Amino acid sequence: MEPKFALFPEQASNFAPAVDHLLYFLLAVATFFTLLIFCSIFYFAVRYRRRSENEIPPEVHGGMTLEILWTVIPFGLTMVMFTWGASVFFSMSRPPDDAIELYAVGKQWMWKLQHMEGRREINELHIPVGRAVKLMMTSEDVIHSFYVPAFRTKEDVLPGRYTTTWFKPTVPGRYHLFCAEYCGTNHSGMTGWVYVMEPHDYEAWLSGGTGEGTLASNGEKLFQELACANCHKADGSGRCPSLVALYNKTVELSGGGTIQADEAYLRESILNPAAKVVAGYQPIMPTFQGLVNEEGVLQLIEYIKSLTPAPGRGAGAAGTPAAARKTGTAAAQPAPGSVPSNR
Amino acid sequence: MITAAVQEREHYLNASYGLKSWLLTKDHKRIGLLYLATVTLFFFLGGAFATAIRLELLTPQGDLVSSETYNKLFTMHGVAMVFFFLIPAIPGSLGNFFLPIMIGARDLAFPKINLLSWYLLVVGGLLALFAMLAGGVDTGWTFYVPYSTNYSNTWVIATGLGIFVAGFSSILTGLNFIVTVHRMRAPGMTWFRLPLFVWSHYATALIQVLGTPVLAATLVLLVCERVLGLGIFDPSKGGDPVLFQHLFWFYSHPAVYIMVLPAMGVISELISAYSRKPVFGYKFVAFSSVAIAVLGFLVWGHHLFVASQSVYAGMVFSFLSYFVAIPSAIKVFNWTATLYKGSISYDTPMLYAFGFVGLFTIGGLTGLFVAALGIDVHVTDTYFVIAHFHYIMVGGTIMAYLGGLHYWWPKMTGRLYPEGFAKLSALVIFLGFNLTFFPQFILGYLGMPRRYHVYPAEFQVLNVLSSAGASVLAVGYLMPMVYFIWSLRYGRVAGTNPWGASGLEWRTPTPPPAHNFDEIPVITHEAYDYGSVRREVIEVG
Repeated sequence: MEPKFALFPEQASNFAPAVDHLLYFLLAVATFFTLLIFCSIFYFAVRYRRRSENEIPPEVHGGMTLEILWTVIPFGLTMVMFTWGASVFFSMSRPPDDAIELYAVGKQWMWKLQHMEGRREINELHIPVGRAVKLMMTSEDVIHSFYVPAFRTKEDVLPGRYTTTWFKPTVPGRYHLFCAEYCGTNHSGMTGWVYVMEPHDYEAWLSGGTGEGTLASNGEKLFQELACANCHKADGSGRCPSLVALYNKTVELSGGGTIQADEAYLRESILNPAAKVVAGYQPIMPTFQGLVNEEGVLQLIEYIKSLTPAPGRGAGAAGTPAAARKTGTAAAQPAPGSVPSNR
Repeated sequence: MITAAVQEREHYLNASYGLKSWLLTKDHKRIGLLYLATVTLFFFLGGAFATAIRLELLTPQGDLVSSETYNKLFTMHGVAMVFFFLIPAIPGSLGNFFLPIMIGARDLAFPKINLLSWYLLVVGGLLALFAMLAGGVDTGWTFYVPYSTNYSNTWVIATGLGIFVAGFSSILTGLNFIVTVHRMRAPGMTWFRLPLFVWSHYATALIQVLGTPVLAATLVLLVCERVLGLGIFDPSKGGDPVLFQHLFWFYSHPAVYIMVLPAMGVISELISAYSRKPVFGYKFVAFSSVAIAVLGFLVWGHHLFVASQSVYAGMVFSFLSYFVAIPSAIKVFNWTATLYKGSISYDTPMLYAFGFVGLFTIGGLTGLFVAALGIDVHVTDTYFVIAHFHYIMVGGTIMAYLGGLHYWWPKMTGRLYPEGFAKLSALVIFLGFNLTFFPQFILGYLGMPRRYHVYPAEFQVLNVLSSAGASVLAVGYLMPMVYFIWSLRYGRVAGTNPWGASGLEWRTPTPPPAHNFDEIPVITHEAYDYGSVRREVIEVG
């Protein structure tokens, strides 16, 4: 690593110029007012310095015009700042539909990243230049925060829920990844590198794994190993609801109400199944808390998502009709011997 | 000796002697000095932690202390400075001493409760001190869960209890000030004749009374969760860790105004006194204090822009945060305008006041940066935020505190400090402060996260600058400590009104008698009425 001195960070994502332009505007406003105040004080302090000990100056009590001016003008400027800042923020919170989806799990004190195609990384993230990348993140322990200064993006990573962040890298290179939320002893060691690669290099890297299988296929293995299919039969004849075409569907709950079957609901239903039971079913499912870690949950979710035909979702998942067919026979198959890695 | 034959006038310092006369005193002035001693101790303790932090950060590697120790250092720096120095400093010492005198009262409304609130601060402080000596605490002063509840192996509970107890000290002080301002004003002292120092303390007291109980409740929940495993915040038990952040910042954002509003009150006094003019736009400055106190309760969510809060909640909190900026801007403009056509002297307190206005301006303006959602995503939890709030709390509050201490020192002790050294200290502190904290704005925008023990080598140059500045700043802070103590014995004896200032505290003898006034004053003028001061000068002259 070559130490170099800079005043501004590199711009390496679609957000970096937007954030920096807003910064320049704020810097201009702040510099103007700082100079205005400093120069006024300096001028008044010299011009009206005390010339004799018994001097009493004329009384000046105030001026309504001035008060209104220096209330209204700063207020107008701050509303520009608010609107501008909010619009940048809004785009940061709305990932495009064609984004590459990735999963990140934070734990004391490392970042674990999973690609849909199966590659897993620790404290490193390889992504292609020019493609939007969406990260779905959770934590195994305390709160962390996924921060890439060159991208100007940051989002907290919490236990027990999923948060997302997205960015479109614009310049190939290697960039710092930091944990920005204090997470204990080795907080400052919870860092890594984001490698932004040319698309063909990225493809080569992606296929260079050790044959770990895709995220969804690992999820399928786990699904069978945990004997989920004994109850969740694909044709809906089991004691528990079918998971085919469930993802993002609106589900009726027993006791009334509905919920969208998004990642958070799927996660909750694996770890705390009794919380929101589907209408027409009994709360017979045991919790899988402790039996499956956050990465395993993500694999299961990705497998369940692969059972739903969804054009435009990240490529690489198992072909949906095939996967659905497999599920139908899953209950009849013996569980495969290989255990998904828990690292 | 000739002077010994002269009967010395009785005042609050020589009215009684002995340790007991201090530890059981109900005199707000003595209690003010007890606060002064206590917060000074915690200031230097917090400063010692800061020194160790800046020494460690001289190099990118973690070579001076271990990560465990480093994490404890920044936690204890924050705890000591925020809860045991910044929050009690100005209200406890200067407020206690001068608020009753400024409104023409003989004491606060509840003198015994006033003493109790000092004892509560001491008990809370001892608990926190015990936690620090027993091994320290490493959660950060923010105590975020689930780290503080389920993961940290340090003295979280003792520290939390210390802050809990000190919180009641703050509540009681606030209560005392509110009742005193309502009930104890001298005849003729209407609300719009109150010095702005009193207005700002009144606004502060509102926050202390309304906000601090929320902190107390939050700390109780934290301790219950840690000890009993309640599951209020623990997601694996159905709790919500972000709930803690909402509760914590519901108090701790307004707490920023507990720290800075009294400082603003001090600055109004100083600028008026050393330009011999009433504060420009008195009512705007007075009401802006109340506006800050009220609006301060509506912006806590701006600490949670990236904490999984909804996008729309983020927008509302950003919008409201800009509203707080306006009353602060009004104050700065009015202070500047007060100088216009004034009779400006460069006495030490005024130098501190100039420093305050400059540094608070920068601190306030950078608040606009962090309130902008798009920028905050990048700079939150980085050194940019560290620099921003140190400009407010150190550049603002501590500059005002030292300015006020110099201004009122002669009244409190009867002695003048050496002016040359004092001016030098103001200059050294101003330069040292900027060298310490300005580089941190750049560091933060470059992306250096806060609370990092080890950092990438490219950040070293700015960190070395910052540490160099910190050593200058430390010298600056030690100077007043030395010459103030020196002045107690060797300083020139001060007269009733050494600065030619208005204000009731400058009309009662130096040091004030035990009951402040030999006869209760009747107020016939607005605050900062230098016209009447002139008439008196002419009459006496």
